[in-house]
Amino acid sequence: MNNVHKGVNNVSNAKAQKSVLWDWLTTVDHKKIGILYLVAGGFFFALGGLEAVLMRIQLMFPEASFVPAQTFNELLTMHGTTMIFLAAMPLLFGFMNFIVPLQIGARDVAFPFLNSLGFWLFAFGGILLNLSWFFGGAPDAGWTAYVPLSSSEYAGTGIDYYVLGLQISGAGTLIAGINFLVTVINMRAPGMSMMRMPLFTWSSFVASALILFAFPALTIGLLLLMLERLFGGNFFVVELGGNVVIWQHLFWIFGHPEVYILILPAFGIFSEILATFSKKRLFGYSAMVFATLIIGFLGFMVWAHHMFTVGMGPVANAIFAVATMAIAVPTGIKIFNWLFTLWGGRIQFTTANLFALGFIPSFVMGGVTGIMLATSAANYQFHDTYFVVAHFHYVIIGGVVLGLFGGAFYWWPKMFGYKLNEPLGKWFFWLFLFGFHLTFFVQHFVGLMGMPRRVASFLPGQGLDSLNFVSSLGAFLMSIAFILFLVNVVVSVKNKAEADPWDGRTLEWAIPTPVPEYNFAQTPLVRELDPLWYEKQHGNGKLKAAEPLDDIHMPNGSILPVVMSIGLFVASFGLIYHTHVITILGLAITFGAMFVRSIKEDHGYHIHKEDIKKDEEVG
Amino acid sequence: MKNLWRVLPFSFILLFLAGCGKQNLSALDPQGPVADMQYSLINLSLLIMIFVIVVVAAIYIFVLVRFREKPGDNHIPKQVEGNKNLEIIWTVIPVLLLLILAVPNVMDTFTLADTEPEEDSIVVNVTGHQFWWEFEYPDLEISAGQDMYIPTDTKVIINLEASDVIHSFWVPALAGKQDNVPGIVNDMWFLAEEEGVYQGKCTELCGEGHWLMDFKVVAVDRDTFDTWAENMAEPSSELVEPTSAVATEGREVYEQNCLACHAVGGEGGNPQGGPDLTNFGERTVIAGYLDYNDENLEDWIRQPEELKPGNVMPAFDHDDINDDEMAALIEYLNTLKVLDDE
Repeated sequence: MNNVHKGVNNVSNAKAQKSVLWDWLTTVDHKKIGILYLVAGGFFFALGGLEAVLMRIQLMFPEASFVPAQTFNELLTMHGTTMIFLAAMPLLFGFMNFIVPLQIGARDVAFPFLNSLGFWLFAFGGILLNLSWFFGGAPDAGWTAYVPLSSSEYAGTGIDYYVLGLQISGAGTLIAGINFLVTVINMRAPGMSMMRMPLFTWSSFVASALILFAFPALTIGLLLLMLERLFGGNFFVVELGGNVVIWQHLFWIFGHPEVYILILPAFGIFSEILATFSKKRLFGYSAMVFATLIIGFLGFMVWAHHMFTVGMGPVANAIFAVATMAIAVPTGIKIFNWLFTLWGGRIQFTTANLFALGFIPSFVMGGVTGIMLATSAANYQFHDTYFVVAHFHYVIIGGVVLGLFGGAFYWWPKMFGYKLNEPLGKWFFWLFLFGFHLTFFVQHFVGLMGMPRRVASFLPGQGLDSLNFVSSLGAFLMSIAFILFLVNVVVSVKNKAEADPWDGRTLEWAIPTPVPEYNFAQTPLVRELDPLWYEKQHGNGKLKAAEPLDDIHMPNGSILPVVMSIGLFVASFGLIYHTHVITILGLAITFGAMFVRSIKEDHGYHIHKEDIKKDEEVG
Repeated sequence: MKNLWRVLPFSFILLFLAGCGKQNLSALDPQGPVADMQYSLINLSLLIMIFVIVVVAAIYIFVLVRFREKPGDNHIPKQVEGNKNLEIIWTVIPVLLLLILAVPNVMDTFTLADTEPEEDSIVVNVTGHQFWWEFEYPDLEISAGQDMYIPTDTKVIINLEASDVIHSFWVPALAGKQDNVPGIVNDMWFLAEEEGVYQGKCTELCGEGHWLMDFKVVAVDRDTFDTWAENMAEPSSELVEPTSAVATEGREVYEQNCLACHAVGGEGGNPQGGPDLTNFGERTVIAGYLDYNDENLEDWIRQPEELKPGNVMPAFDHDDINDDEMAALIEYLNTLKVLDDE
């Protein structure tokens, strides 16, 4: 990391005086923001995991009284909300932020200031949400917060935290999504045509498009719920002509694409890892790209399959059932393309690749239960039972989480300058994978044997005891595995990494480690798919430069994103506790910061080419 | 049950279940045509999915064994771009597999939505409350709480309503669920082939007491059902009149403390109150889940909040009902039966 700072120090002595903390608070560097996302997301991941373990302890034995029913409902709500909004998505954003600009040969994202704002909004939204634990009870209506259970008549202030916390962090997500879209469209290096982009960049791009269209639906839903709760709006009050199903539609119009917002970047990570460690280009690259696009498109068409039992009628149910099944086709194409990427390759069993290889069967098992759930007539049995719990954990852990860990082992050397320990990593992988299947495989049966989801406990003598016990054991194994990962992060610090430790194929492996703050001294010229691999095979292993070495323009850091986010954070407390002075104060802080940002001239600074030359020689 | 190949996949789990006694809870042990249809569909989809998993696993294992890096091997694999024919194959085959599943699914979806009454079918309006169930029989003008009586071999048409939040009505052994949504009436149907008690549950998170929102569907032969319905509608004096002095005293306690919320024989109660108690003495459980005995009944009346958090029944301590009154009340509640004792 030191070299990154050095670039700054060389050009501006004033900056050298700033503390490390100030540096991280004000940074607009996509790499540092990526690391911030990973750290914050990792913290929330541990928190969500703790909530899960508490629930599995409660469900270890029938009629246990480890946590009261109310607390259990809070745990299940916060576990789901935290894992989706505050862990999985931010962790993926961490990789997207760090890697996507590098993979397309760019010096930064399109809007560095907005990138920082996106992170801080997410962070303060997440903090707000979790403060509910300490002030008046966490939200307790499930991560879907169905009305009327979540409306003011039936739920306490916890749901206000949910509404405002998600609104703020959702705004951050939307900003980040737009930023990636513009970055990928506008900032690609010469020669990096769309059909030469690495799959991780492609899938991040499609996921960002999904964010652009899906998050406004969530925003509107949350806004309606906020108006209902804080100002007595009647959108969901049946006696006054409201309709409670509106919420479900709005929620799932966002919520279903959300699943693909999570899984597509993970697919991208696997595509990178599998190609790298089988030493082959991705099989059927263009089919993979189109499959990604089709999955993204269909992801929007099938939201109502979450609502088969809500009473939409057989016509709507049949249409949504068949449309959902259709998603299996492009997903199947991807699975077979991955298998044939491995086919004929030279497969290396690194930890990163173990995660990618473990993903294939795990995800297929989660995918096929997805098709079973899409079978509407049978769904009447599956819906809202542990079968569903098993299914979505199979796709989210078997897909997204394995992707995140695979990505961590794969990109760790580039991001943090050191390599994670391989034997420890392998222990972690096997424990985690085994624990995961142990936890969730049995839940398919628990569900069909009559156990609804979101139950604080279950009664003895219904045949549910032993399988629940087994499931809890699996959860403990997963926790132990995760602790092993944290140990690995600490003990491996001294394993300094070289620039290209895996014999990589894409641009991020072509630049020094640690990555200089300007990324590429000279923007590279891309001649083929997998440009670095191409130059290794056909050139001297070095990328051709697309421009002469020259001064590089860099944006200044800014504290304003933090200030804006704090303003909204403060305003939320005013809204939750109906204290208008505080609301106005908070909004004044935010709008004031926006005003300052608008009128202040900020031209950034230059890194001079002499300094770059010096840097490159050292690197 | 019709085709052996359809039921094979889950038969191994049934072996486990056999050891647990008959719970009439599992969707894997269907007891009527609706659950049967859904079970067949589950098995059909499972069969297709197992086929997919086997194909993927076979290629996967072959690839991992055959193409693993051997020590000292540094060759650069051929950089294959793709293969059109292969990609067409793994597009077309999944489409065909999905069609095999989609066609029966669409047909079943419409069959399950067919809630046209048949000649002797009965209609039950099921209302979900936090955290209990109300069963109203509009044609028979009766109302019951917690236990839903139905005649066997009769199409039962269910209209689902909710009085507060969303609930979801599920009797796994008889049929899949549908939601009780405030402001909307959903319908479904099922049929029980054999007499028995079928367990039902609420599957939509509805608050603190959600996990205890259980109920029973009691299937009896048609004659018994008719007797039950008749006595529920107009409980003859010998059925609801107290049979002993203690029970008479108990009825007074009931009238002072319980009448405002709980109806007996069509009198008392209110729409937002508690379950109808006309046939309370015939229940097998209290509050949906506690074994029916005097001790649990007293516990329940004394501290309902402890036993089912979040429910609206107030607690009756010794100042409200002393021990003698409690004994009388329990005696009275025990006598509330509309079917003759067997």
